[in-house]
Order: sequence, then C-alpha cells, then structure tokens
Amino acid sequence: MARTAQRLSFVGMLIVAVASSLCAQEAHVGNLTGHAADGKKLYRRFCIGCHGERGDGAGDNAPFLDPKPRDFTAATFKCRSTLTGNLPTDEDLYKSVGRGFNTSAMPSWAPLTAQTKIDLVAYIKSFSPRWHDEKPADVLKIPAETPVTIESISHGGELFQKLECWKCHGQEGRGDGPSASTLTDSKDQPIRPYNFTGGGRFKCGAENEDLYRIFMTGVDGTPMPSFNDVIQPVDAWDLVHYLRTLQKTRKSKENEVLKAAGGKLLPPKPEEKKPEEPAKEPDNKGAGNGRK
Amino acid sequence: MRTKSILAGVSTLLISSSLIFAGTVSGKVTFTGTPAKPKTIDMSKEPSCAKQHATPLTTESVVTGPNNGLENVVVYVSSGAPDDGQVPAQAVTYEQKGCQYLPHVLPMHVNQELKITNSDQTSHNIHPLAKVNREWNKSQPPGTPPISEKYEKPEFISVKCNVHPWMHGVFAVMSTNHYDLSKGGGAFKLPNLPPGKYTITAWHEDYGTQTADVTITGNETKDVDFTFKAKAY
Repeated sequence: MARTAQRLSFVGMLIVAVASSLCAQEAHVGNLTGHAADGKKLYRRFCIGCHGERGDGAGDNAPFLDPKPRDFTAATFKCRSTLTGNLPTDEDLYKSVGRGFNTSAMPSWAPLTAQTKIDLVAYIKSFSPRWHDEKPADVLKIPAETPVTIESISHGGELFQKLECWKCHGQEGRGDGPSASTLTDSKDQPIRPYNFTGGGRFKCGAENEDLYRIFMTGVDGTPMPSFNDVIQPVDAWDLVHYLRTLQKTRKSKENEVLKAAGGKLLPPKPEEKKPEEPAKEPDNKGAGNGRK
Repeated sequence: MRTKSILAGVSTLLISSSLIFAGTVSGKVTFTGTPAKPKTIDMSKEPSCAKQHATPLTTESVVTGPNNGLENVVVYVSSGAPDDGQVPAQAVTYEQKGCQYLPHVLPMHVNQELKITNSDQTSHNIHPLAKVNREWNKSQPPGTPPISEKYEKPEFISVKCNVHPWMHGVFAVMSTNHYDLSKGGGAFKLPNLPPGKYTITAWHEDYGTQTADVTITGNETKDVDFTFKAKAY
C-alpha cells in the first residue's frame, strides 16, 4: 500500500517537474536573465493589486482605475518594437515596467533593481500560452532619423492630413477629432487619443524614435492602428517631425525650426504623376498611387 | 486467387461507395418572438460615405427575411467533418464600401487567405478583435493595396473600425470547409457529406449558438431546422 502511494507520488512529482520546466519562463535583456519562479513573489508584492492574481487585469484596484490594468492573459501589449499583432520582446516589457505609462495608474518602477524587473517580466510571460506557442516576432527596423528641416515638417503635415490622423487626434492634435468621442479600446472601455498640445510623454516613451515606433507598430489593444504598410520610413520621420510641432509648449528642435521658418508650413508640392518611376524617392503620399 | 479478386472487388466497392454516397444537410434558420428594431446609422460625420446611401443603412447584427427567416447565421459541421485541414487556395474578400463591411459576416477556413479592400474615399482602420487568434490593427487609407492576412485558429472574431464606430462585422474562422451562411428566408445547405454522424452548429452573433445531431447514410438530404429566440433589445 505504502509502496504504491510512494510510486504514485513520485510519478506525480515527475509530472509536475516536467510540466513546470516546460512552462518555466525566462526573460533576457542584455546580460540579465530573469526567472518566473523568482518573479512570482515579486509580482505578489508589487503588481497583484492592480493586475490581479490571474494576471488578467482584474485586481482589487481595477474597478477604480481608468485605463484598466493590462490583462496579461490576452498577451496584447501597447508598447512593442514588433509589428502589430505580435508579442513584445523581453526588452519591450522590461522598458515598460521601468518607464510606467503616462496618463495611467501604471507607475514607473525604475526604483526596482534590474534583476527584480527582469524577474517580473519573466513571470508576466507565464500568464499566456502565446509565449510558448509563437515564434519571436521580427522587430521593426528603424532607419536613422532624417534631418529636421522645414521641408520635413511640412511634408509631415501633409501626411497628417492624408492619413487622416486628425479624425481622432484633431487638427491641432488635441485629441478632439470627429471620431474621438466614440473611441473604445479592445475591451470596450472608452479611451481618448493622445493630446499632443499637452506635451506630455507618449505612452511608449519620450524620444522621436519612440514616436516613430508608436505609429508604425500601432498601439495594440487600442484604436491606434499600425501605419507600417502605408508609410515609407523616410516619410515616417517627416511625420514624427510634424507631430513634434503639435507639442507647442515643448522645447524641441522641430519647434525651433518651425519658428525660424516663420511658424508656417510650406505649401504642399504639386503632385507629379510619374507612374513608371521606381520608388527610390519616397512615393510620399501614404495613400498609395499604384505602388505595390 | 478467387478470394483475392473478391477482396479487391469488395474493397473497391467500399471505397467508391464513400465517394458515391454523399448526403446533404439543408434547412432553414428562423426566429420566434419579436427582434429589436434595427437602428438607423448616422453617417453624417463621414459625408463621403453618407452620400453613397440614398436611404441610411441600418444596423446588421440582426437581419431577418421573409417567413421569420434569420440571415447571417453561420451553419457548419462542428464534429464529424472529414476534410479538416484542407485550406482552400482561393482568398476570401472583405470589402469596406460606403463605410460598411461587405459581407457583414465572412466565413473562412483556418489559414485561408483573407483579402481586405478599401473602396472608400476615406481611411479606415481594420481592427479585428480576436481573442484566440492575434489581435492586430492596421490603417488602410484609400487607394492602398488590399491587406492580406490569415487566421490560424477557429474563432468568431468581431471586426470594427475605430474611425467609424458604426462599422461592425464578423470573421467566422472555421476548421472545416463544410459551412454555409443562411440567406434569403434563412435557408442554408451543407452538401457533400459522406455517410457518418455529424453535429451541425448554427451561430448567430446576437442570439447565440444551437446544435443538432444528424446521421447521413447515403445520398439523402436531411432536413435540419434551427429556431432562435429573438431578443427584444
């Protein structure tokens, strides 16, 4: 009797060991390696109040928060360096934890040690089977930034009109466009577009490269789509430069250049239809003109 | 020698019988009760679309036909289907036209190519709210090439455009090729079913799911009807 019980419990332990090793999540950023097992107790200390025991964003604090805490079980994340619909990299998650999310209740966890943060990232990954099932996604390639010139800014302004960013963000970028009041996120919660005039930090960073990444990878889980298929990289930088000028009270190179040009954008260039020309020069109008 | 040829003969007969005998399940999807009235869609915020509709569109989550027929119900073989895994080579198309998704419900097979086109003068963003599959969100300005995507797992996916909040549609990703969408008076037809036991499921985006078991023995057409209870709101 005892023997059978022993055997059974041994088999049981073996199964658990195998299962947990299969699911043991790790996270890697640079030289750091995090382990989900270590992250678990850290999660209970720092994260569980909002993100919940099941990692589904239904923590005790959640009913009082807007926007709601991230649901890790859905594995849809706003701030990624990967294309829309893909999982973020470990580094994306690590940076998000450290940076926090402006205009939300997610604080910056920068005071935590690097090891703590990477352990937390590893544990967060254990909430969804997608990190088992999916191959790591390609990271968006970001070319070097182009010079900030009035031409670049003006062209960005044309794109802002053509791509209809103003429909949500408004003509001045105040987040008051015609569609703004009806926007809902993927969990049907009302959500507002980013207000550029406030000058605050974007959800996913403060630098030009972060802004580039935001509209090229899209902000998954929100109405903000990816424009990666419809903007050439050079044009994307033009758009970045223009968007910076919507942050009117923020000191930036873009605002200086605009001011030096008299505060006015250049008029749009007349469109030259050259359908046969290979797209070496950016075929700027994101509303494609026959380009495949 | 004789036994061999008899065996050969019998096995040929058995194999060919499965090819010869293919039944059909057909029927009607209807509703009881009074459905909520479809609401009129106000497209005044998008004049380029509003002018395409002489009479304003109405919401399409419940579309009824004559004799209490219920349309846009996905009727499919949910168990017993013999062809799972065969991905049709041809793509299915989802069109954004007049700020409306055409068709409202688009069934497709897992991994079948989905082509999304924008025929409007306005940008749309195509945002399928997948929960089992990946959720992605892409902008599609006018004049840009079709978006090509596919889904790896069966799921009923709600599709929306954030810019135009009235736009709503459904991707029905199926693991079988034996599906149909109820049209007209709610009629549907599932042909080419070899002899066997099947479970037929009918799915409506508002009224839920119903199932029925059916057995095909030969060439017959089995009549299977589904009745949904309409919701007043």
